[in-house]
Amino acid sequence: MLAASTPTSQRENWDGEARGLVHPVDGQLDTRHGAILYLDDVTVSFDGFRALNKLTLDIGVGELRCIIGPNGAGKTTMMDVITGKTRPDSGSVFFGQTIDLTRHTEPEIAQLGIGRKFQKPTVFEAMSVHDNLALALAGNKSVWASLRSRLTGAQRDRIGELLATIRLTEHYQRPAGLLSHGQKQWLEIGMLLAQEPQLLLLDEPVAGMTDAETEKTAELLLTLKGQHSLMVVEHDMDFVGSIAQKVTVLAEGSVLAEGSLAQVQANERVIEVYLGR
Amino acid sequence: MSQPYSLKLAAAAGPRATTLGVGLLLALLMLLPLGHAVFPEGHALHVSAYTLTLTGKILCYAIVALAMDLVWGYTGLLSLGHGLFFALGGYGMGMYLMRQIGRDGNYQSDLPDFMVFLDWKELPWFWQGSEHFAWALLVIVLVPGLLALVFGWLAFRSRIKGVYFSIMTQALTFAAMLLFFRNETGFGGNNGFTDFKRILGFGIAEPATRAVLFAATVLLLALALWGARWLVQSKFGRILTAIRDAESRLMFCGYNPLYYKLAIWVLSAVLCALAGALYVPQVGIINPSEMSPGNSIEIAIWVALGGRGTLIGPVLGAAIVNGAKSWFTVAFPEYWLFFLGFLFIAATLLLPNGVLGLLRKKGAQ
Repeated sequence: MLAASTPTSQRENWDGEARGLVHPVDGQLDTRHGAILYLDDVTVSFDGFRALNKLTLDIGVGELRCIIGPNGAGKTTMMDVITGKTRPDSGSVFFGQTIDLTRHTEPEIAQLGIGRKFQKPTVFEAMSVHDNLALALAGNKSVWASLRSRLTGAQRDRIGELLATIRLTEHYQRPAGLLSHGQKQWLEIGMLLAQEPQLLLLDEPVAGMTDAETEKTAELLLTLKGQHSLMVVEHDMDFVGSIAQKVTVLAEGSVLAEGSLAQVQANERVIEVYLGR
Repeated sequence: MSQPYSLKLAAAAGPRATTLGVGLLLALLMLLPLGHAVFPEGHALHVSAYTLTLTGKILCYAIVALAMDLVWGYTGLLSLGHGLFFALGGYGMGMYLMRQIGRDGNYQSDLPDFMVFLDWKELPWFWQGSEHFAWALLVIVLVPGLLALVFGWLAFRSRIKGVYFSIMTQALTFAAMLLFFRNETGFGGNNGFTDFKRILGFGIAEPATRAVLFAATVLLLALALWGARWLVQSKFGRILTAIRDAESRLMFCGYNPLYYKLAIWVLSAVLCALAGALYVPQVGIINPSEMSPGNSIEIAIWVALGGRGTLIGPVLGAAIVNGAKSWFTVAFPEYWLFFLGFLFIAATLLLPNGVLGLLRKKGAQ
């Protein structure tokens, strides 16, 4: 197993640290140690079933990490824990050095900068593609603000950019419910990007996509790497091979192996529990 | 996925035509009180007190249906207890009307008749101030509003959804009905309040008083329609539909649905209460049967029949069902409930977008 992730280029940007300008303050993302997410010894049980068993994992700033593993390995539960949907029985979950995610609710975690794409594409079907993106844009999300909200020019431009990124520019007026499955997946990714998150969690982003769509999604994710940190859960090994630097294999709620795809594919235990001989 | 379809239909029918039609209809309704108050009985243009009261009653129900549409049609919270808020608004107004009777009651006492009958010597504390109209207005808005706030906060914070939420609202109105049935509660027991004489000093059965009450109801409906349309077209309204369609997505977009649900829930309750407050002086009676579970379920039927999430549809639904009811309960009193059940089943099976969906489809063709 490899140790904590290697420091990335972002680390060098923290020149303020040397001058003592940056202090770790709770509520502000502090990634000076090179990692954006830490899971330490996390255990979650449902009626005696251990969905996560002392899971320890961290994701580096700007990293694109793929998580693979058999059904029931705890991949979705892990995302539930990170996004505040499920509270761990024990263990700690930190976003950067200072933010304890177990103390925050789902909307707060989203506002802190973690975006999540569900396994089944989930968009607001009654709304147009444009309105879906507009709703997801970063900003004040209180009731009061929603009553007086008007899109600014900058926000319109941002929506235009996002539409281009997710290749839905011609469809911006269509109700999201009428999009194809793959387009919905993209729209949901676009909605995550609209939130301007630091960390994106993507649960099976290419499930149900055609080969061409899968390829375009891989391209998209590779362009996001560096500006964002990504955690991708996927079963499609070809897709994983096309995007991953580093792969983590989960089994029975904990990390079985970690390394490059070639390394984990050669790992005896991984072959035994997941890939099959 | 019926919504995108109905959105297309709405676009085809043209919002301007709908607005114009609704405005015209409301303006025409304003002629009814004129016909009642200006033209004497026997005149060809005279509108009878019966017609005016019946129409006024239906308009109050239409406001309730609109309030229900905001929480059910747009936000996806099926309340089966909205009759409670309506009744509480009605009781708030009823208390004031009871005090307006003064010494003209059967027992010629300062106390309302039912208190004399129960041998009470003085007003209970919660009746203090009820002789003032302004206080009555406060009670009408604040009591149902606060009840909705507390109930909603507890329910939404615990993330109670779907059928569980519906059952709880139904239980709430049922419990309130049992409470109001008791004489000791201090609201006239199962007889409720009736035999009103005056409102703001004007005779309650005077043609002019009836006309003003009716006009106030039309005005409230118009304001509510206009306000609700503004609301559902704002970002706030889009967030409501987002709660209905994909609440978890909305949460992971950084919105806390709790406050949005609370806001629309309380607003809807207060709107119902205002409708109830206008209903009581026009109909002349309020009693706990308004809180019966069946009444609240009927509200849901009006909305389903008219077309959920359309604002105008539920208003039409309330008018159609109650119009039919007033005719049916005279012509075939035993069969009304069967007919109502049939209407609901037919609307569910044949008109998933309600009567308004049907009208829009015809308009689009």
